Amino acid sequence: MIPTSFDYVRAASVPEAIQLLKNFNGEGKLIAGGHSLVPLMKFRITTPGTLIDISQIQELKGVSKEGGRLVIGALTTYAEALGDPLVAAHLPVLAEAIQKIADLQVRNKGTIGGNIAHADPAADLPALALALDAVVHITGEDGEERVPIQDFLFGPFMTALPETSIVTAVSFAIPPTEGKSTYLKYFHPASGYAVVGVAAVARKTADGVINHIRVGITGAGDCAFRAENVEKYLLGKTATLENISKAAQLAADEVDMGEDLFASSDYRRHLCEVYTERALRKVLL
Amino acid sequence: MTQVIGKPIKRKEDPKLITGHGQFTDDIKLPGMLFATMKRSRYAHAKIKRIHTAEALKLPGVMAVYTGKDVQDKIKPIRSIWLVPGCNLIPKDRIPLAVDKVNYAGEAVAMVVAESRYIAYDALELIDVEYEELPVVVDQEAALAEAAPVIYDDVPKNIAFTWKAGDVPEEVFINAEVVVKQRLVEQRVIANPMETRGAVASYNPGSGDLTIWCTTQNPHIHRITYADALGIPETKLRIIAPDMGGGFGAKIAVYTEEALVGLAAMQLKQPVKWVEGRQEHFLATSHARDQVITTELAGTKDGKILAIRAKNIANLGAYLSTMGAGVPTIDFGLMVTGAYDIPYAQAETIGVYTNTTPTDAYRGAGKPEASFQIERMINIFADKIGMDPVEVRKKNLVAKVPYTNAMGCNYDSGDYHGTLAKALEAIDYVGLKKEQEEARKNGRLLGIGISTYVELCGLGPSKVAGAIGFGGGLWENSSIRVHPSGKVTIFTGASPHGQGEGTTFAQVVADKFGIPLEDIEFVSGDTLIISMGWGTYGSRTTPVAGGALSIAADRIVEKAKIIAAHELGVPLEDVEFAKGIFSIKEQPDQQRTFKEIAWSANNAWNLPDGMEPALEGQSFFDPPDFVYPFGAHICVVEVDPDTGMVELKRYVCVDDVGRIINPMIAEGQVHGGLAQGIGQALWEQSVYSDKGQLLSGTFMDYAMPKARFFPMIESSFIESPSPVNPLGAKGIGETGTTAAPSVIVNAVIDALAPYGVKDLPMPLTPEKVWKAIHERSDGQ
Repeated sequence: MIPTSFDYVRAASVPEAIQLLKNFNGEGKLIAGGHSLVPLMKFRITTPGTLIDISQIQELKGVSKEGGRLVIGALTTYAEALGDPLVAAHLPVLAEAIQKIADLQVRNKGTIGGNIAHADPAADLPALALALDAVVHITGEDGEERVPIQDFLFGPFMTALPETSIVTAVSFAIPPTEGKSTYLKYFHPASGYAVVGVAAVARKTADGVINHIRVGITGAGDCAFRAENVEKYLLGKTATLENISKAAQLAADEVDMGEDLFASSDYRRHLCEVYTERALRKVLL
Repeated sequence: MTQVIGKPIKRKEDPKLITGHGQFTDDIKLPGMLFATMKRSRYAHAKIKRIHTAEALKLPGVMAVYTGKDVQDKIKPIRSIWLVPGCNLIPKDRIPLAVDKVNYAGEAVAMVVAESRYIAYDALELIDVEYEELPVVVDQEAALAEAAPVIYDDVPKNIAFTWKAGDVPEEVFINAEVVVKQRLVEQRVIANPMETRGAVASYNPGSGDLTIWCTTQNPHIHRITYADALGIPETKLRIIAPDMGGGFGAKIAVYTEEALVGLAAMQLKQPVKWVEGRQEHFLATSHARDQVITTELAGTKDGKILAIRAKNIANLGAYLSTMGAGVPTIDFGLMVTGAYDIPYAQAETIGVYTNTTPTDAYRGAGKPEASFQIERMINIFADKIGMDPVEVRKKNLVAKVPYTNAMGCNYDSGDYHGTLAKALEAIDYVGLKKEQEEARKNGRLLGIGISTYVELCGLGPSKVAGAIGFGGGLWENSSIRVHPSGKVTIFTGASPHGQGEGTTFAQVVADKFGIPLEDIEFVSGDTLIISMGWGTYGSRTTPVAGGALSIAADRIVEKAKIIAAHELGVPLEDVEFAKGIFSIKEQPDQQRTFKEIAWSANNAWNLPDGMEPALEGQSFFDPPDFVYPFGAHICVVEVDPDTGMVELKRYVCVDDVGRIINPMIAEGQVHGGLAQGIGQALWEQSVYSDKGQLLSGTFMDYAMPKARFFPMIESSFIESPSPVNPLGAKGIGETGTTAAPSVIVNAVIDALAPYGVKDLPMPLTPEKVWKAIHERSDGQ
């Protein structure tokens, strides 16, 4: 397929991009790597009047460490993040997850910020973002704000991003050094997206008591979510097989599951439990 | 020159293709070229009340909009080529654009021609079609029901044909010690070659010549059909198949869009291009399989099979596609006994029209379906009598060739038992059974699957083609031109599109003439250059066109030898030809090279009296019979009981495909076929809603297998030359799709044996497997 016709402008800076979004009054759409947007345009599901290309705004690229967090510029590609020494040193779980995203070509072009802003319910990063207490850095007409990921994502392809704002960076909490983290993914055989993806970050005390636990789940429902019941169940308990197994059964509690030709909602619920259990075993045992 | 047949030569075609210098249909750009797009029906079954085209015509850059009414007296319906006799067939031909009624979602109702592809797509959105929806039927069994919607008034119960072959006396089943019966579903799949379909048409109003470049596996069949449909002489239509990104059977069928762009080019007097998008391909290019097969097998308690009868309900889709009737009847029915010596066999097929995309050939075409049902039945029978499925196979495999099966097919060469033995050894079957036993004790679900398949290939004797209603011959044409410099060009009527005959045919000729491979060019796929041919499908190119090639080469050597004898001044019988040198027996210093004789033949200064100049050879080879590749495939799977996911751990195949010209290309064919066969077993499935909407209409939902889904394939060959063609080749393109589905399903069912699971329908998606385990676990 071929997209409908659209105009194209390139923004040289964040303020210019915001001004352009304002000028086009809802008809403008930001494009960075384009790997989520362009397919939708080709299907004519999305028909933006103007594409505002932000891909050349250098200040939105790169990784830095700020206190206990890694701040990843929105335009940092998956491949750049994967090869970044700070990511390797402090967020190996992000590198583990990125290697499971799509294919080499997509990883070379797709961006961290684009992924988060697009809010695809089957994308991998939202699970990580939830498990790593991510904060989305947003710049808009009224200046900068920082929104915790849980408040940022609220539905399939729906976020708290105001129309005339842009995501400038995503910061991830560096997990406790003595803790463990992982991302387990059940690939959709057709699309390669996550049918279920579970990110888990945990730490336990010397005597085996869990004192930090985060579980983020993507793919299964309308929106990535934190398995808070799992976390609550485990916090303060000893990391035993039995506790893990019991906790995992709460993975998809109170969450509506999605459904497609490949996997029913019942099966997805079951997979949430299985993959949560496997992830927990990896980080807790 | 050392022999090159049998050597793993790298493909001559590849440098061009992998450096981006291929010329595919969409690469063809002509001055003034326009672009066509098709407005397709969103409904699966609806009356067309009105089509509003005025808005589209107003869009700047739109040159024309055609509706069914505009073209119905200019393009005849596209006729199916295979009108199977003796089955009361009611063919429903595809019409270029629907006129009164659409019969499947995706059927074209209008064509836009515009100055650019962008404008042509924009214009589609400006066409408004008023429909009146009609009740829809998508499932072939549902379509047979009393109350089912009827698609055609003159086709009662939607039955296109009822076909039968063979006969099993009722008492064989009545008296049998054991009878097993199983309903097996060959789900609908979609071929999805890398390159979708497309066509470019160019018309010369002065001469009346029309050229259509298009994605076809059989350009001459396309020429015959389109010349007839467009009402122009065959000699005024040139069909060119440029480089192609695969076909897998989907590009055998003769469709309507290519004729439509031909008409547009003639009317607008400008070249017109149409290229399918991938979503369009999902809707508009033929689907495949979709057969519900119920098989009964009669046998003895000690494992001997006495009879088999199969009843097939085949979904033809909304129209009878090019080979639509032949695939589920002849191609399926003749092979229902598989590689086993079964005295009685019977096959019945009901062809049913439904509101779905028409079905046609897909890699194997009918033979995979036949193989799947017999290979599954063997295992089900083995389970019933408590015998190892390998032992049942050993008891019933064809003992000696030539062998004529119950349907009259003559299996040509090879050792069926020996091939099985080799595969069992390769995978260490005895050790594997022990490993499985241990694994089961530990709760691991290890499964072993096997198939000892055979398929009918190398289509085929033209006399048979006529007898089975195939609207053409099945001989093949190859010619060889030796240029004055001694360089050679091969021309063939087959139309390979990725199978590597540009290399394998050159290997054959290189050995025949004793010349380097670099000296040989290969031409196919152009009806102006190639006098006639029937195309590439049914694993026929190497056995049939290769047979013609071999004969043509021998004819050239024969003539060259006479010239050499003449120049050397000796009787013909004293001349020997080997490794590119004509020499005199016992006087090896007296010789001529192939290159020297090529020049002599072409300059004609000194030829024997009465001999015509030049050095060209041609052969029209009509094989006396089909070829029958066969083999033994064994795999090991492990099922994850928590998720139902099937891990394919090993896949061993031993294939006897006759003489192998290039083992690397042969192995590549095995890999590709297996990917598709395993794909069908585990992932691929075309799904319609009750309303006839294709739900699996993009790669987001239709699971094409990826390289990472497969283990290393452990492939080996046995070469028993076929006696029915000069090369002794049997064809290898379809072994994987024929063998793999039953190998995988047999393995998964074996893995699930601890749960008492006897059968599951393909594709064996994790959820399906998990549910089977889950239900059984709950019940225990």
